[in-house]
Amino acid sequence: MSHLLEVKNLKKYFKTANGALHAVDDVTFTLDENETLGVVGESGCGKSTLGRTVLGLHDATEGEIWFDGENITNVSKAKFHELRKEMQIIFQDPYASLNPRMTVGDTIAEPLQIYGMFTEGNDRDVRVKELMDLVGLDQRFINSYPHELDGGRRQRIGIARALALEPRFIVCDEPVSALDVSIQAQILNLMQDLQEKQNLSYLFITHNLSVVKHISDKIMVMYLGQMVELSDGKELFVSTLHPYTKALLSAIPRASIHQNRQRIILKGELTSPINPKPGCRFAPRCNYATPACFEKNPALEEVLPNHFVACHNVKEINGL
Amino acid sequence: MSLLDIKNLTIHYETDAGCVEAVNDVNLKLEKGETLGLVGETGAGKTTIALGIMRLVPDPPGVIKNGEIFFEGKDLRTLREKDMRKIRGGRISMIFQDPMTSLNPVKTVEEQITEVIRLHQKLSKAEAERKACEMLELVGINAERITDYPHQFSGGMKQRVVIAIALACNPELLIADEPTTALDVTIQAQVIEMMIKLKNDLQTSMILITHDLGVVAEMCDKVGIMYAGEIVEYGTLEDIFDGEQHHPYTVGLFGAIPNLDVETDRLTPIEGLMPDPMNLPEGCNFCPRCKYADEHCKTANPVSHEVGEGHFIKCHRFAKEG
Repeated sequence: MSHLLEVKNLKKYFKTANGALHAVDDVTFTLDENETLGVVGESGCGKSTLGRTVLGLHDATEGEIWFDGENITNVSKAKFHELRKEMQIIFQDPYASLNPRMTVGDTIAEPLQIYGMFTEGNDRDVRVKELMDLVGLDQRFINSYPHELDGGRRQRIGIARALALEPRFIVCDEPVSALDVSIQAQILNLMQDLQEKQNLSYLFITHNLSVVKHISDKIMVMYLGQMVELSDGKELFVSTLHPYTKALLSAIPRASIHQNRQRIILKGELTSPINPKPGCRFAPRCNYATPACFEKNPALEEVLPNHFVACHNVKEINGL
Repeated sequence: MSLLDIKNLTIHYETDAGCVEAVNDVNLKLEKGETLGLVGETGAGKTTIALGIMRLVPDPPGVIKNGEIFFEGKDLRTLREKDMRKIRGGRISMIFQDPMTSLNPVKTVEEQITEVIRLHQKLSKAEAERKACEMLELVGINAERITDYPHQFSGGMKQRVVIAIALACNPELLIADEPTTALDVTIQAQVIEMMIKLKNDLQTSMILITHDLGVVAEMCDKVGIMYAGEIVEYGTLEDIFDGEQHHPYTVGLFGAIPNLDVETDRLTPIEGLMPDPMNLPEGCNFCPRCKYADEHCKTANPVSHEVGEGHFIKCHRFAKEG
């Protein structure tokens, strides 16, 4: 059968004074029911733009987005309004994504109101309280304002709001990055519980590789708008194939003092995504780059079963 | 004599809404050449300790209620402001978390590095400029870029500039407040590598404030775990990461981070929230979240017990028998 979400060769370019900014460049993936796809990359790699384009918050420049067997690429506003019931988003910053002048109850009820999901005033409170229970938010906060609550509780409001319409697919854009570790663990567990209970599919965007490994069924690594590696579950961590992913993994400081691992330090920083030159975008920082890498953009290829890599030299580097 | 010796430091913020007990009775020692990691979550009081050492606690509302801060044998609290200004930026300097906001956007990098050099060292303008170029090269930025403005640099490079300014006068003590938190991992790895090298080359002692236990494991010799304004556990890197005995909060902190090397289905978060620093519990600050808490913990604030040489845990469970 078809996948819940299918994204084919999706591109999103932004026009800037200096040329086209290639925020998302040729991204392809599928997502099934009850599955989590983790998208990792550093700032500016296009992971947030990807999430927003999939939700129709940006128009796609090229490519197709299929949801539940239907092509939803650049459909009308009215159609997207309908789709919102199925597709929701949780934002990164629980401080900025809530209206400071709306109470917790009003914030959670807003989507219900917009879609006319309750008839009488009483129904509203019942449903809001149900949602608050679901995300572990004490009912006594129903009339509180966001500034009265801490970051973890605010993020719970964001989650309750996203769940209000009983969506099937949620884009989670760095949902735990702004939280302290002990609270981060609470929210991650909550999201996993909710996924099981409500059969949710997540597109989980983060820069934190430990979080992504913990929560994802599939993982996509992005660099400057392009996918460099896509693999099933923990496979990525067992056999890491792309040189960028290798460097990214080795760069994470581990909370352990027993590892004498060889750290790969990358040269330089991200190049500009505006009018990128032909060739592999990672080549200027890559330790294995050959002249060919600067001429032709590598295509994503299935190097191992269900493990896709975009690198000209992947076989030589990994001795495959 | 230790380079830095903090005794019974207590810092409160006295606001109209009430008294925020940010730092309570903290004792710390730092030897020359050592790096101490202060770990804790938002609001644990890490930054307030740093500001206390620098005598930069905003007053009002901040008040140092009690305690002594000995730096090279002198109590910084008793110094005249004029003498303190000679130490600040010279003998002790500080790196702030956000490199985007801690540089002056309307001054070139050259002006900003030479400013600190000329304030603390009797050098001519030309000599100071030469020194500034050296510092920039030291942190891995081409000296040609010295006349650039901060907005012309990327985040990682701005943080390098901030580090160059902090190290320009060859300080004895460097306080780094979350120096890599605002950076991407591959850039963070570059900056950490550079800081370790500089620390070893220049023999600078360092206090590293962070919430990232991974960064601590890479850089520190000693570790202090902070919770609600107190140091709940203190010891060497080995004591904290490998020791048998730990404060329940330290255990919780390690359990809450997803570990790349261990498979778990669910994380084990610390239930509940940090107490409101305006309204701390009567007994142990951690007791409302602690699974071992008993009646005694609710009423009596524990003292630090030495469980091994130089390894302190502030918990009743480690009180000596009798």
